[in-house]
Amino acid sequence: MSKIEHNMSLTAEAPAKLSTTQRLASGIGLVGLFILVLAVANVNFPNKTLFLTLSLGLIAAGTIIFANDLYLGKHEGIKNDGVWFKSLSGRGFWAWILGICLTLFYVVLYWYPQYLGLNADGANTGIISLFDPLSQFISGNPASQWFVYGTLYTLAILIFGYKFILKYRNNRYEVIRTFSVMFFQLGFAFILPEILIRLNQPYYNPANIWPLNYDLFTDYKINEFLSAGNIGVIMLAFGLISIFVITPILTYKYGKRWYCSWVCGCGGLAETAGDPYRQLSNKSQYAWKIERWVIHSVLVFVTVMTIAVLYSFLGDSANDFWLTKDVFLWGAAGFLTFLFAVIMIFKRKELAKDAKYGAIGYLVVILSIISINYFSGNGNIFFFGGYQLREWYGFLIGAAFSGVIGVGFYPIFGSRVWCRYGCPMAAILGMQQRLFSRFRITTNGGQCISCGNCSTYCEMGIDVRAYAQKGENIVRSSCVGCGICSAVCPRGVLKLENDDMGGRINSEEVLLGNDVDLMDLVNQKSK
Amino acid sequence: MEHIVIIGNGIAGITCARHIRKNSDAKITVISAESDYFFSRTALMYVYMGHMKWNHLKPYEDWFWEKNRIELKKAWVETIYFEEKTLHFSSDETMKYDKLVLATGSVYNKFGWEGQDLEGVQGLVSKQDLELLEKNTKNCKKAVIIGGGLIGVELAEMLKTRNIEVTFLIREEAFWHNVLPIQDAKMISEHIKSHGVDLREKTELDKIVANENGRVKSIITNSGEEIECQLVGLCTGVKPNIDFLKHSALETDKGILVDEFLQTNIKDVYAIGDCSQLKQPLSHRKPIEAVWYAGRMMGETLAQTLTLTGNEIPYKPGNWFNSAKFFDIEYQTYGNVSAKPGDNEMHFHWQHKDNTKAITIAFDANSNKFLGINTFGIRMRHSVFDQWLSENRKIDHVLANLKQANFDPEFYTHYEKDIFKSFKENLQKA
Repeated sequence: MSKIEHNMSLTAEAPAKLSTTQRLASGIGLVGLFILVLAVANVNFPNKTLFLTLSLGLIAAGTIIFANDLYLGKHEGIKNDGVWFKSLSGRGFWAWILGICLTLFYVVLYWYPQYLGLNADGANTGIISLFDPLSQFISGNPASQWFVYGTLYTLAILIFGYKFILKYRNNRYEVIRTFSVMFFQLGFAFILPEILIRLNQPYYNPANIWPLNYDLFTDYKINEFLSAGNIGVIMLAFGLISIFVITPILTYKYGKRWYCSWVCGCGGLAETAGDPYRQLSNKSQYAWKIERWVIHSVLVFVTVMTIAVLYSFLGDSANDFWLTKDVFLWGAAGFLTFLFAVIMIFKRKELAKDAKYGAIGYLVVILSIISINYFSGNGNIFFFGGYQLREWYGFLIGAAFSGVIGVGFYPIFGSRVWCRYGCPMAAILGMQQRLFSRFRITTNGGQCISCGNCSTYCEMGIDVRAYAQKGENIVRSSCVGCGICSAVCPRGVLKLENDDMGGRINSEEVLLGNDVDLMDLVNQKSK
Repeated sequence: MEHIVIIGNGIAGITCARHIRKNSDAKITVISAESDYFFSRTALMYVYMGHMKWNHLKPYEDWFWEKNRIELKKAWVETIYFEEKTLHFSSDETMKYDKLVLATGSVYNKFGWEGQDLEGVQGLVSKQDLELLEKNTKNCKKAVIIGGGLIGVELAEMLKTRNIEVTFLIREEAFWHNVLPIQDAKMISEHIKSHGVDLREKTELDKIVANENGRVKSIITNSGEEIECQLVGLCTGVKPNIDFLKHSALETDKGILVDEFLQTNIKDVYAIGDCSQLKQPLSHRKPIEAVWYAGRMMGETLAQTLTLTGNEIPYKPGNWFNSAKFFDIEYQTYGNVSAKPGDNEMHFHWQHKDNTKAITIAFDANSNKFLGINTFGIRMRHSVFDQWLSENRKIDHVLANLKQANFDPEFYTHYEKDIFKSFKENLQKA
């Protein structure tokens, strides 16, 4: 037996050696990646189809061989040995290198696509041209930087999804959920829109719902829908139905997990490629406070932006179309006030003080923006035009936050930074999950031993243990229902459940095991 | 202001402190020499295995204590002068108390083996033990674990993650057979072996042999076999950590003797958790229960007595329950399942063919009353079994409604039908 590497106090690293097969597999994958790097460096491959296939094939093969060697032949069960010892998953040297590489990739992708080979006039070069054959094959058009990104993104979800499934093959919830995100990424996010393009229809992914898809109600998109005839109208209608009908129903029944960890592409990447980094999320109460302010501010931003964009799109005269600027503006104001009123009337007891202040503050901000705009009559919101606002949103939130920080910083801040602090869709679903949903994570009587596996492996930074050790249900707006807390619990304490709304939020000490009368006494006094 | 001093910042002491604070404004001081902050002792293994870092073991953030006005003092209590109500620390400092709660926990057993104090020989109970284990396994290729209990199997799992060969000596004919019925014990034995652990049943330690540097070199079993190793894990149970109290006026036996109100023989002095020994335990409970849950419940109970004037609350734990994990197999138990049932206790055992899931249900041979269940690899709902036990349900009821008690994640395969069928067939045979 080989000598074992060691050096650790309670925090240092320890053995995390790769097997020969794993080294070989890493090599294979890196060769595939190297082909892409060469393409970025403008190496003009003779047979692009061959080299693209080779590249993607080697990356996939490397990952699959690696995962097989890592997990198959071992017992089914939790596989977190050495997570904090490994450089890559324990915020070590390689984590920083990977983080920087990913960040640079996103910066180039969003703001300097010419370095990837996107040429304003003339054919693609570089890595984008390498993807031309695949793009031609699917949509009939040459590739763009977004096609390259989409392909790599989908590949990552598929191959790391495979790895995830092997890792958690003892847990059917995880296996089925992962098949679901793989399916929605491949079918809905990647192939369907490209095929629609081939059929001369608008680019449309039905699983990408407003406000995550913040462009859905912009003028160019609406014009595209309207000019596409019936199918375009159906798409537009489905977009509206998704956010106003389907989303509330499914979230009521299953919690926000139906979207965030079963359908969404951002969640899909976080759950698969991001899985090795889930433990890096910040669990402190301070981080939770920041989270609540930031994510809801993004939601307000996207709401104002969308209202502004639609406002400038609509006409003034009711003769052209019943939905005029005025009708829309007052309708939006009325709808938001109505939502606010419903929550305050029926659910105010379940809201913390700062949540109430926040809600009131945000409503005042939105309404005053709307009325300033209305009474000043210049058609600008925030003194900017709607489209300027949209551009800022796209730059700050759509690109910098969700891409550069959200994914680029996986190895440093964990895999769900965007979903936790930024995603306005998650904010809407979360609000509903907290207030109007049957979903909760229940804790099993008195079995919790406060070990902390649940909190450590919560990618959303929820301190699950804080609830479990009191016997309290976990009803948190940020919970995406990934189910990992339940999986890693060594004592069978946590279970994701959908049940009646009554008694869902229980803030009493309800640990089982002790004298029943005593616990009644404890609870009476804490009231 | 009344000063309540708690010695020990484990689950018992900390639970007590938290509940005192809920009811009262008394000054609370918690003393520990082991760690600055409360941590989950049961999770020490996960730090060694790299699942978590030390900070993850702390159930409360560091600001929690100041916010709740619970003073934490890192110090070692050398002597307690009960008459003066004063603690003397190893640093020569002293501290006055009005009420004293002893929650000093456990230390691991040493049964006087030759070589038990050599370098490389240790148990695993405290933070310091974990740090020592890091040191002791630095260049360790082979370890021997003595004693087939919960800490032993955890230590085996820990060492396997560092690629250390493990030989595991147990006295019984199968793992933890002093607690688990034989089929359960055998299944776990096989599972431990399947993880590459050299499990030796019916084997005991005779002595530990030193090398020229005074480090462990090998052990010799009671059959005379010598097993080379660089680490010996002593996991033959724990005992109350009360040595520093032995020659005081405090009445002790194995542990600190307490009455039903968790009060010792000295006024205003109480003992809870692993270090306490109930003079008259309830019929279904043991005098010393060195488990997390008992420590927690004693803390909950005592805090009421300490804060409600003239209202002593007896410690009356409900139905027994416990849990553990043996490598990949989770174990939960509710009620009482005897390892070696007498004539009045019948067992129904079901085991899945993959040998990672099983249940054993104990019931009264005459009345068919449900007595308890061991469940392996299938999670069960505590509240449901607690209710069935309290309602004196019969085994038929339990088996017919087993699905209600299932706590496995969604989409898991259910085995209730299989279990029910197996039960019926076995009854017909019997």
